[in-house]
Amino acid sequence: MKLQRLQQDFCAYLLDQPSAIEAEVAGDIDVYHHAYRAQLLNCLRDTFEKSWSWLGDEAFEAAACAHIEAHPPHAWTLNVYGEGFDQTLAGLHPDDPEIAELAWLEWTLRRAFDGPDGDSVDPGDLAAIDWDNAVLHLVPTLRLGTVTTNCAALWSALAESETPPAAERLPGPNDIRVWRHGLSAKFRSVDPIEERALRLVLGGADFAELCAVLAAELGDERGTAEIGRILGLWLQEGVLAAISDHPADRLPIST
Amino acid sequence: MNSPHFSGFGLGLRPVHYQDFLTRTVPVDFVEVISENFMVDGGRPLQVLDQVRERHPVILHGVSMSIGAPSGLDCDYLARLRRLADRIDPLWLSDHLCWTGTGGFNSHDLLPLPYTEEALAVVCANVAQAQDTLGRPLLIENPSSYVTFQSSEMSEWDFLAELSRRSGCFLLLDVNNIFVSASNHGFDATAYLDAVPFERVRQIHLAGHSQGKTLLIDTHDHPVPDPVWALYDEACRRAGPVATMIERDDDIPPLDELLAELDIARSRAAMAREAA
Repeated sequence: MKLQRLQQDFCAYLLDQPSAIEAEVAGDIDVYHHAYRAQLLNCLRDTFEKSWSWLGDEAFEAAACAHIEAHPPHAWTLNVYGEGFDQTLAGLHPDDPEIAELAWLEWTLRRAFDGPDGDSVDPGDLAAIDWDNAVLHLVPTLRLGTVTTNCAALWSALAESETPPAAERLPGPNDIRVWRHGLSAKFRSVDPIEERALRLVLGGADFAELCAVLAAELGDERGTAEIGRILGLWLQEGVLAAISDHPADRLPIST
Repeated sequence: MNSPHFSGFGLGLRPVHYQDFLTRTVPVDFVEVISENFMVDGGRPLQVLDQVRERHPVILHGVSMSIGAPSGLDCDYLARLRRLADRIDPLWLSDHLCWTGTGGFNSHDLLPLPYTEEALAVVCANVAQAQDTLGRPLLIENPSSYVTFQSSEMSEWDFLAELSRRSGCFLLLDVNNIFVSASNHGFDATAYLDAVPFERVRQIHLAGHSQGKTLLIDTHDHPVPDPVWALYDEACRRAGPVATMIERDDDIPPLDELLAELDIARSRAAMAREAA
């Protein structure tokens, strides 16, 4: 197939690999070489606007160019091209972990923005639930990540066009949940008990197992109180998509 | 597979104008959206598109079908596009006469094809696959290009005419792209129009371009310039009922500026048809 060989040569030229394409064309093929990189650079700038602002033009462009050379796109949609850019930043800036963590937060919010829609729970339906057999279903955009810096404060300041605070390490690792409530992509730092509950639900625990684990770890009284607090928070913030009372709805327990 | 005629004037729906389209009565006959921006799982983009669809007919215009790929089309892509089309019920679907990558690599650019019998057979087969999967006719747009191939056996206009004849697809004529490619490759833009089978043309695109180092670049970041308007007049004299749309993708002005530019298209089309 002559066409296939020609297209392979054209792509090799775009990717700075050995190519015979220049002998096959008249005109200015460099326009395509430039446009390919410019398109991806613009995509990363658009997706990681706050990381760009935090890093500055020069450092962001250097990181973006390194990412583009190392990660040619494969998907039909540019929507997913930002995947892994936080890891590129982590490799380039190992002593400044807030850079990669800020990029992770931006990327996860972007994915939540047009991720799958989820239902929400009507608090009026809670009284009818058979809690002994209840299964909690989280919204499909929910993601949980662990950070070690004040990347959340940096994101918030940059979002408000305020001067961001200095980067700081947190006293210890902290989890952030990212999700979409209605049409708004959101994030919130979670305390260790909520984190434990989220990981149990994400791992497939039903409501009775969740209660049993927290009661065993915190004591009956505090465990029950914490379950009430966390359920209230999840209902209020649109983290729960549904509460069903069908044991068959249980997710497989992840190992 | 037939594509009904639709005569009217529209704009691209871009995020900076979402609020205008949701809160005002915007005097357009249709809007065109970039399909891929709405081939997502959920969230605001689809909700906005649903609401705009309640007010205006919508055209789905794609950039990622890669109709010139010898290995055939991406089935996941086509399935997603079908879901979007079923949801929106567009006037029609369109994409470009180009390819975007090979061997799993996707450049996300509209790369040029050599105009050969082999490429024509590939594009015809892919159009058939797309129209079968989508259950709708496809419009194919002439691209702007910056190279020509030694191996080409026919002109772009002959390629498009033959593609339309063999595959049954319809044509989206971008007069700015004709102007840009004519300038870059030294052919006569009017001769291009003379060869276009206008009975297959359902839509015309208008846009601006920029001067690159040596070539004109199809940047969609300027108003429609005078030479492109003149070529549009020529196209209107030859065309039947078509949809005309102004594409603006960068340095996007307030909506009212684009609506004023669309009024120019309305009056030039009317005058050109009277003169025809």
